[in-house]
Amino acid sequence: MSRVRHLYVHLPFCAHRCGYCDFVTVVGRQAQHRAYVDALLAELALEGDVLADRLDTVFLGGGTPTFTEPEELARLLAALPAADELTVEANPETVTPDLAHLLREGGVNRVSLGAQSFRPHLLRVLERRAQPDDVRRAVYLFRDAGLDNISLDLLYGIPGQSAADLASDLADALSLEPEHLSCYELEAKPGTRFTHAHGGELERQAEAMEGYFEAVVDTLTAAGYRWYETANFCVEPDRAGGRDLRAQHNLAYWRGSDYLGVGVGAVSTVAGVRRRNLPGLSAYVDALSAGASPRREVEVLDAQTQACERLMLGLRLDEPLATAEVNESLDHVALERLAANGLVELISNGACDALRLTCRGRFLGGAVTAELVELASA
Amino acid sequence: MELERIRNFAIIAHIDHGKSTFADRILELTGAVSEREMREQLLDSMDLERERGITIKAQAVRVRWRDHFLNLIDTPGHVDFSYEVSRSLQACEGALLLVDASQGIEAQTLANAYLALDNDLEIVPVANKIDLPQADPDAAAAELAQLVGESPERVLRISAKTGKGVDEVLDAIVERIPPPSGDPGAPARALVFDSSYDQYRGVVAFVRVVDGRFETREPLRAMVQGTSFEAEELGVMSPVREPVTALGAGEVGYVVTGLKDVSRLRVGDTLTSRRRPAAEPLPGYKEVKPMVFAGIFPTDSDEYPELRDALERLKLNDGSLSYEPETSQALGFGFRCGFLGLLHMEIVRERLEREFDLDLLITAPTVAYRATKRSGDVIEVHNPAEMPVEVDLVEEPYVKASVIVPKDYVGPVMELANERRGSFDHLEYLSEERVLLSYALPLGEIVYDFYDQLKSRTRGYASFDYDLAGFQPGDLTRVDILVGGEQVDALSLIVHRDAAYDRGRQLVERLRKEIPRQMFDVPVQAAIGSRVIARETIKARRKDVLAKCYGGDISRKRKLLEKQKKGKKRMKQVGGVEVPQEAFLAVLNLESERKR
Repeated sequence: MSRVRHLYVHLPFCAHRCGYCDFVTVVGRQAQHRAYVDALLAELALEGDVLADRLDTVFLGGGTPTFTEPEELARLLAALPAADELTVEANPETVTPDLAHLLREGGVNRVSLGAQSFRPHLLRVLERRAQPDDVRRAVYLFRDAGLDNISLDLLYGIPGQSAADLASDLADALSLEPEHLSCYELEAKPGTRFTHAHGGELERQAEAMEGYFEAVVDTLTAAGYRWYETANFCVEPDRAGGRDLRAQHNLAYWRGSDYLGVGVGAVSTVAGVRRRNLPGLSAYVDALSAGASPRREVEVLDAQTQACERLMLGLRLDEPLATAEVNESLDHVALERLAANGLVELISNGACDALRLTCRGRFLGGAVTAELVELASA
Repeated sequence: MELERIRNFAIIAHIDHGKSTFADRILELTGAVSEREMREQLLDSMDLERERGITIKAQAVRVRWRDHFLNLIDTPGHVDFSYEVSRSLQACEGALLLVDASQGIEAQTLANAYLALDNDLEIVPVANKIDLPQADPDAAAAELAQLVGESPERVLRISAKTGKGVDEVLDAIVERIPPPSGDPGAPARALVFDSSYDQYRGVVAFVRVVDGRFETREPLRAMVQGTSFEAEELGVMSPVREPVTALGAGEVGYVVTGLKDVSRLRVGDTLTSRRRPAAEPLPGYKEVKPMVFAGIFPTDSDEYPELRDALERLKLNDGSLSYEPETSQALGFGFRCGFLGLLHMEIVRERLEREFDLDLLITAPTVAYRATKRSGDVIEVHNPAEMPVEVDLVEEPYVKASVIVPKDYVGPVMELANERRGSFDHLEYLSEERVLLSYALPLGEIVYDFYDQLKSRTRGYASFDYDLAGFQPGDLTRVDILVGGEQVDALSLIVHRDAAYDRGRQLVERLRKEIPRQMFDVPVQAAIGSRVIARETIKARRKDVLAKCYGGDISRKRKLLEKQKKGKKRMKQVGGVEVPQEAFLAVLNLESERKR
């Protein structure tokens, strides 16, 4: 069995839980940070056998990894296996010169900064604590520390966000010259506090906001960014000294590579088996401090399910997806129809056929995928 | 039994005018049923009838009053069953004309009263509900007297609810209605005026013996249809089945036939003995033909076999229901069903949904059209999608419609009838306040939303009835609905050319609202032949993506996709467009909302 080359580490702690968030997070609990990092390292020791000696990527996500007590964060970084890309998610208000240096010292070579917006009134709606200047300051501090691969997260479709707001947000983000941008449409997930408060307003705005996705793509590609995944953009290699600035860790997910995840609520997919650690923090820490594995849900992915996921994820990318990889889950009749309608592009390269969404197809990627996929039970 | 001791009578009454309560009082008063045994409205045995307060299937009850045997033959109260009413009336020598003294005569009552007069029945007028504070017994009596040509003093005044005056009605039945005539010595003949299906004993026929005598185990024949069987059991309803060894001339009772199919013994046929057959059947037999048609489809296509079985079982009890398989590209497999009229259709639909627990899609009702093709062939069209585009002539069924309305509403009724291509026949004052209007109207206009409009334009005061009156040519055209350039067969309709644009426009607008936006622009059109008369465009969606998808949520996103995919299975594909069933439902409802 080939060794797993991608590791995800979950750090659930946050200063505050934002209304729209549906990740596994816990607020505060500084006293538990030490025990939690112990548990992470214990899980890593238990599961580490599957990992390759040198990894391609490690990703510290959250929660707010940079909210973790600095000495614990440093201890964790020091203990992680070496990797070509080591990314940490950060919230602007947690970034200090010390933190930037701590990350750099710990081998971090990529940061993903949760900017979300540069409009104060929108940040308030999102319950974000950072102000626009905090975002700028954080970027400058990372630059000062020598970080040359910075990604900004932006949200669009925020209640009350006008088209002009969106244009300003994009311009403000671009002026910071990030290597990478992730732009997500705000999802009002049913049952969240946020949806309760803003769902009605979002519905009223839905029509006005219909063009925001196009505006994001148009603005960023015009500014020289590559729209390499549905929601992700990076500086083209020719403007980056030939560097491939795509998020290599996430690219592994979209390409269907195996990955190990450690931490509370973390998910691993290794050799057709997906495991999800249960979300309770204390149970997780207790199990590992007793030398046991955390409790998990296990899902076995059969060949067709894997093909279905390959299709769902692979079509998000701008690179061709080999038909052979998804054949088991592909509706060929739908494929012909969608190709005729100019939503899918068929690339025939000798023996190796591939498909890729056209530009219009990418804007409708969800619907196109639902057409293309053939279910096992169908 | 001596003929002199028998009286056969029917009750003619409008819905809600108290017929069932009145029948219950008769049963109580004659001791046929004790009060304790009394189920309310005993005669109406189906739940649906009880709920709607109407009688769908006629039945007969024998009661004893003083020295006489009275046979009460119940009649259906609705226009859709006018042939059954006529057979029930033919089995009687007299009829009670029961009218709510607070309402006066209604159009349906009038139609049936005329039918009774035409059959030379002795009519006993009765004003009911005189206990109600708003009752006007004098006005009701005057109207009744004028109608039947009697003096107002001869109109009986009762309250079926309290029982006041009911015994006088029973006495009047004996005194005024003649005993049956008939030849007890002639070869046996009996009129079948109703039948029902018993799952253990087969078809049970309700008969009025006219001549001769029938005995148990006698070999019988239905003279018109030629069906042979044996009288497994003879009996009378009193009001439960009570076997007897013989039924003689003038008597009313039932025959257990053992037949497994009601369509083999139709209402109106004449039974005779095969040992000594009569030469001629009784007059008046007619095969009733369905005039209103609609496609019935299961919402869930897997329920097609259940729908088929349910229709088969309904048909056992309902000889006038017809159906044949129909395949619609949009709605899948179902049946094109033929009904006597709109109420009949509603009853069948409700029974399918209620008794068989089926979820149904029903297309807009249409009538039977007659089309003469260029080749000269004449075909009958029961489904708009089957109307040939190239025709020399289209004929549609007409009715003679009667509307009774307070005189202040004559204007609105005339206006409505004109809008619906009616041609005025005559107007008659029934009393100082109430007017009878008579029109020739296309049945197709009535199945649309005529009744609903009539009620709303007369604030519910109008009563309405119609009789079929043959076919007439009309300037009719088929309007097709196209989605994504492809015809949706289930939505085609036949309309008068003048109404084609409005109806097409409404359907197209509704569909535009109901069909979700697709990945490309979808034209929705109404067309006559190749000529588009209305068009809307469903604009393409501009985006449809999952915002994000990373390692932690792949399973969840996949399940979302699977769910979305399963949802698509419930969509019908028309012209490459996914149309949710709800869209069809909404459009079909638009049609049937008008109808109600």
